[in-house]
Amino acid sequence: MSDWRDEVEALTLKGQIKMPYTWSVGETGSRFLVALRDEQKILANRCPLCGTVYVPPRKNCGTCFADIGTDDWLEVGPEGVVTAFTIIHQAHPLQPLATPFAYAIIQLDGADVGFVHILKDGWDRLKNGVRVRAKFGIERNGRILDIDGFEILT
Amino acid sequence: MEKIAIVGAAQTKYESRKADQTFYDMVFDVTTAALEDAGLTLADIDNIITVSNDFLDGRTISSMAVGEAAGAHDKNISTVEGDGTFGAFYGAMRVLGGFRSTLVVAHSKGSEGNPQFISNAMFDPIYHRPLGLDTTSAAALQANAYLTRYGITEEQCAQVAVKNHGNARHNPLAHQPLEISVEEVLRSPKVADPLKLLDCSPVSDGAAALIIGNEEIARKAKTKPAWVKGVAHCAEEYFLGDRDLANPKALRDAAKRAYQMAGIRDPRREIDVAEVYDAFSYMEPLWLEGLGLCDPGQGGQLTESGLTAMNGALPVNPSGGVLSAHALLVAGLARLIEASLQIRGEAGAHQIPGVKTALAHGTHGPCGQSHCIWILGES
Ligand SMILES: [Zn+2]
Repeated sequence: MSDWRDEVEALTLKGQIKMPYTWSVGETGSRFLVALRDEQKILANRCPLCGTVYVPPRKNCGTCFADIGTDDWLEVGPEGVVTAFTIIHQAHPLQPLATPFAYAIIQLDGADVGFVHILKDGWDRLKNGVRVRAKFGIERNGRILDIDGFEILT
Repeated sequence: MEKIAIVGAAQTKYESRKADQTFYDMVFDVTTAALEDAGLTLADIDNIITVSNDFLDGRTISSMAVGEAAGAHDKNISTVEGDGTFGAFYGAMRVLGGFRSTLVVAHSKGSEGNPQFISNAMFDPIYHRPLGLDTTSAAALQANAYLTRYGITEEQCAQVAVKNHGNARHNPLAHQPLEISVEEVLRSPKVADPLKLLDCSPVSDGAAALIIGNEEIARKAKTKPAWVKGVAHCAEEYFLGDRDLANPKALRDAAKRAYQMAGIRDPRREIDVAEVYDAFSYMEPLWLEGLGLCDPGQGGQLTESGLTAMNGALPVNPSGGVLSAHALLVAGLARLIEASLQIRGEAGAHQIPGVKTALAHGTHGPCGQSHCIWILGES
């Protein structure tokens, strides 16, 4: 079969889309992130119908469709239990730190859903069921990474 | 439900870099080939549905750029940003809504962008994107949850990779036909525990198209129709922490409704072949559990037992599956096309003898957030 590339050079074009965004965090997210930044507290909220405690907090319960509002907010954690984890070996530029590090889903004390975050070290002790505690960064600016990571306790 | 059928289909070969083709070129090729396969012309097609993703294509409203390549010049064209099985679902609804036919075409060239940047962007920008999550790291969390819940081993997952890459040797369109051992999968470079390189599908370039028609079109087409007996989809929560990652409940729901529509009571006995979206090796057993083809936690044993092998009682991914060719969005449509070819008896060297009922499965969103199930039959 003949290949057109034998007759003419196959060109490629380099391009890049770099698009700045300014996302509104909204009331629910702002209350959560400001508490991380100013009080080093992890806030959650509770569905008035089914009682599910969500962290991060939600505008509404996805299951009940109930408006959660601002009435039933509570502090959860800072300790919790690892329910799933992965140690990352393959680096890419969007990761906030050098490999290896771990992602974990953490069941924070007092919450009913898992919280996804980072563990920086302690692999030899990392397993499902291990207790961890949030460690806050020294410089905090209202971001999810105001929690610097979780540390293994036991 | 009125009778509708898949009456024609085409796929490109899946490759890591199709340097000789734009995505427009691929869409034109598979559209032309699907019409040829069906023995139909564009005059027989009432609707066109394109399946694409703006981030993958690097252009806003990417679907609008392939209309002419898909033969949409004077037709009703609309688009689905999701897996191709969902595009086909929409196509089926158009035919059920009174049109004679729909051509569904999906394309992607993972080689042209950066899959990690693109998959990171599917996560929430406030809570999850800054963590650097991508498809693979999220899948690794699911693999960890699934393996530890049931004591499924990395060896059992590796067996899936060995089987599917081995099957791909009989599929000339597959991207990665490989003769590999369990040992080689286990020793391949660690990506994100417990996933090694050979547990992960490649990123492929490719396109696929299929034609769904009513009974009139099915009579006119030269192919043996693959009749749609049942189809359903379902989605679950967006945040990974809200879901039980080891229990694919949206898949259970979708499968239950698809079986009900198809009149299937005992799927394990009644389904002759399944093509499922095994983007990672652990996904095949997990999805088979969700599909009710085995009990929760039993998926790990299916490969070793030989049940899912090409010559087993329930062959799974005889084409080589997504592990052997993963053009994003296209891969689910490819599962549906492969299922239709099995019904037609035209799957070539990976044909399973005597297929009367075939299942195709597509998924979209991290860790199988949404699932679309198709049951095809020969009558
Ligand atoms: Zn609720």
